[in-house]
Amino acid sequence: MKLRNTLTSMALALTALSAQAQTEIQMWHSMSGALGEWVNGLANSYNQSQKDYKVVPVFKGNYDESMTAAMAAFRGGNAPHVLQVFEVGTATMMYSKGAIVPVAKVMKDAGYKFDPSVYIPAVAGYYTAPNGDIQSLPFNSSTPVFWYNKDAFKAAGLDPESPPKTWTELTLAASKLKASGHKCPFTTAWQTWVHLETFSAWHDVEFATQRNGFKGLNARLNVTTPLHVRHIENLANMSANGLFVYKGRAGAAGATFESGECAMYTNSSAAYAGIKRNAKFAFGVSTLPYYPDVKGAPQNTIIGGASLWVMAGKNSNEYKGVAGFFDHLSKTDVQAKSHQDTGYLPITTAAYQATEKSGFYKQNPGTDVSVTQMVRKTTDRSQGIRLGNFVQIRTIMDEELEQVWSGKKSPKDGLEAIKKRGDELLVRFENANR
Amino acid sequence: MTFEKRVRFRSSWLPWALVAPQLLVVVLFFFWPAGQALLESVYESDAFGMSSTFVGLDNFKRLFADETYLQSFWTTAIFSIWVAGCGLTIALLLAVMADRIVHGGLFYKTSLIVPYAIAPAVVGVLWVFMFTPSMGVVSHALKQAGVDWNHLLNSTHAMTLIVTAAVWKQISYNFLFFLAALQSVPKSLLEAAAIDGAGPWMRFWTIQLPLITPTAFFLLVVNIVYAFFDTFAIIDATTSGGPGKDTAILVYKVYQDGFKAMDLGGSAAQSVVLMAIVIALTVLQFRYIEKRVNY
Repeated sequence: MKLRNTLTSMALALTALSAQAQTEIQMWHSMSGALGEWVNGLANSYNQSQKDYKVVPVFKGNYDESMTAAMAAFRGGNAPHVLQVFEVGTATMMYSKGAIVPVAKVMKDAGYKFDPSVYIPAVAGYYTAPNGDIQSLPFNSSTPVFWYNKDAFKAAGLDPESPPKTWTELTLAASKLKASGHKCPFTTAWQTWVHLETFSAWHDVEFATQRNGFKGLNARLNVTTPLHVRHIENLANMSANGLFVYKGRAGAAGATFESGECAMYTNSSAAYAGIKRNAKFAFGVSTLPYYPDVKGAPQNTIIGGASLWVMAGKNSNEYKGVAGFFDHLSKTDVQAKSHQDTGYLPITTAAYQATEKSGFYKQNPGTDVSVTQMVRKTTDRSQGIRLGNFVQIRTIMDEELEQVWSGKKSPKDGLEAIKKRGDELLVRFENANR
Repeated sequence: MTFEKRVRFRSSWLPWALVAPQLLVVVLFFFWPAGQALLESVYESDAFGMSSTFVGLDNFKRLFADETYLQSFWTTAIFSIWVAGCGLTIALLLAVMADRIVHGGLFYKTSLIVPYAIAPAVVGVLWVFMFTPSMGVVSHALKQAGVDWNHLLNSTHAMTLIVTAAVWKQISYNFLFFLAALQSVPKSLLEAAAIDGAGPWMRFWTIQLPLITPTAFFLLVVNIVYAFFDTFAIIDATTSGGPGKDTAILVYKVYQDGFKAMDLGGSAAQSVVLMAIVIALTVLQFRYIEKRVNY
């Protein structure tokens, strides 16, 4: 034991000595708190697995801050090697051809065998170019699921073990919850991601033309179909009857579910950690509700979260280090551990199977819901969304939906306004990147 | 003006050397960025700055074709009138009272100045805590009083919230200036008026107020500029411009398009428009309101 300790410390000392010769790989990310430690842990485990490269993770603020910082740094010639970018920034990165190097190319150039088929299609597909090359490495991905308060279900005379599967069932459950005195039967976080973007994929309809923008820059929004109008109308009616209570943009609704104020809500599967820590009630998780009369529903849900992009302008030795790091991240044991620790989706099928085999899903019921929603063959309409200026389009959708919930606009008018204003931005992006 | 004493420099370079540091700061932090904004506003560039094309006035044309942008002029006008109006009135009221306090004046004055030291984003978060529908302290109290507070969907509530937060933050500044102005009003004038039988209200209205108009005018300009430019952090932290776009004032859109959406050209065009408005407003204020100010 003593000998081993001495050996370890000698090895550490050697590592420190050889630090001079190490090539540093800068990685800018937006993971704070416990997730920040997770990123540091991943970098450490890679750094200890070899001695030529040292990955240095740097927290650069939230997603849009780190992206802005990287853009400014790129203009100044100081871009990091690896940048974590949220999913709505995908198109911007992808079309910035001179600023990035596709991950598939980085891996191939460094001599790694890179097989796209080991990645879960609905996860990797989001970041794959039309020619089949993965552009960025999926890093932290989650997907919308349905969360509910089992105690509130019991109090309302509902079966806590059979959560509503369809929107009709959900409306019924909401009415019962309301009748039992619940002030907020249903709410949602990330309304645009859940109720327009994922909603479309889940029902196997396009959110935008040109395969949601995967096929080209001339994509336009497709949110004014009868199905979209029907769903927003349904939610607007629920809102008018006090069954759905709007709790704000982005993740603001999370706190209202965790505090017990709202009994059911739709949010990212990554909300698991927070709910588990804060909820003082029994909670359940289930698949996203759908309309059973729609052909092809339920298809698959789409992801949110972020991926790792490799920035252009570095030397081949540095890219080798990046490739080694990415290879390390994709290893089954590393992936499976990340998935189990953070609640993010596994990026490889092998990691999912390893987690299943280990009995993790049995011990933590509900953690597999997000994965089963994703581990399916995707269709042309459900692979993901790739639209330019998507940050602004999300804001537009938020604004218009708020007008609908407050009754200022009809669902149809709201969706038409989304299409009109969103399409203007898409045209601009098309013109700028042609 | 007759008692003015003028100092004249003999050398020609010394005055320039003395103002140089200040000029440098002004050029570096005001003129240079303003010039950059002017330049950017006629270009359309991609996010990473790899290509940028001259587009003439396209960025401006697009802005004025966007009806939500035109609407935000109206929103900004309402917002700044409320912020400047409430900010000045409340601060003046507090200053007049603090001026008359005999005991513990320092305590009151200090506590009134505290909000100024708090960062705008923190102010926003603070108010949002108190006003969160169904959970906040204030919204809970309002509910008891029969008001169903919901600034997430009710525009009037949302506007009230951002005006309150913005005014609260600015009151200290206004208060300080008003207090200093009130204290510089000669005591002899007030005493003479009191002997002649003028009550407190009469003294305030006919002596103090006219004498502090220069300060009030200065504060009006500062408050308008504050409402136009300095409030985006508060809005970002409270309403994010919602519901819909009902609290998205001009500067908030500049921030959102420029820093969140990386649309530098569009954002620069907006800041140029904003710059023009503030210049116009300030000129207007100096030409018309200043005539009614007694120095």
